[in-house]
Amino acid sequence: MAEPMKIRATLKGDLCDVRVLMVHPMETGLRKDTNGAVVPAHFIQEMTVKVNGRTVIEGQISQAVSRNPVFSFRLNGVKAGDKLEIAWLDNKGERSQTETAIA
Amino acid sequence: MSSMNPLRRLSLQAAAALVAGLALPLRALAAWNKEAFQAKSAADALKSLGVASSAESKDVVIEAPQIAENGAVVPIEITSNVPNTKSIALVIEKNPFPLAAKFDFAEGAAPYVKVNVKVGESSFVRVLAEAGGKFYSASKEIKVTIGGCGG
Repeated sequence: MAEPMKIRATLKGDLCDVRVLMVHPMETGLRKDTNGAVVPAHFIQEMTVKVNGRTVIEGQISQAVSRNPVFSFRLNGVKAGDKLEIAWLDNKGERSQTETAIA
Repeated sequence: MSSMNPLRRLSLQAAAALVAGLALPLRALAAWNKEAFQAKSAADALKSLGVASSAESKDVVIEAPQIAENGAVVPIEITSNVPNTKSIALVIEKNPFPLAAKFDFAEGAAPYVKVNVKVGESSFVRVLAEAGGKFYSASKEIKVTIGGCGG
């Protein structure tokens, strides 16, 4: 299991700013190491954001996203205590899921 | 043992169906669009996303630095003010694989995303917002001093 994400969800009225940090190398598959060998691609491909079990955002990303990706999203119609779940899946089939309560 | 007793075969089939059924929910998400993400040109990527044509729109807003000193981490903030925006795609035209990200938004999420991306060399970035079966686009040039790809 990959490292858990860091999620910060800040509620302003019924709007919520969500910031998520994922720990991932996001290797492009184009980079060479110091010996000149190509470092194989290893990057997150899919992610989902769920509120109380309902998917609100589905993302597909490429190796162009920076190492240790940081995303910001905006949710509406949420309230304190709602359950926020974020999950990702990478090209090697590794996945990670973190949940938090909106505060 | 008699060759393949029918009852056993039936239960095997049932078990196989059950396993398939269990595996399905894991793959219920919109699968990674391999064709679009592996496209080597922006035009091919857009074609794979089903974008036949798009209209320039001031309602699609891209916030990004004009000059990025470090191409490995370029913050890009995208907002679509087009009503009923369903999805947003980000294309970095000069990157080896131009399509960088695509987000689908359901009710409960604003069509907004901020993400850090790698920009290999100075390039136009293009954002396409989909609403009501149409595509609206905006683009912005980012000049890169040190590239974000390669070693």
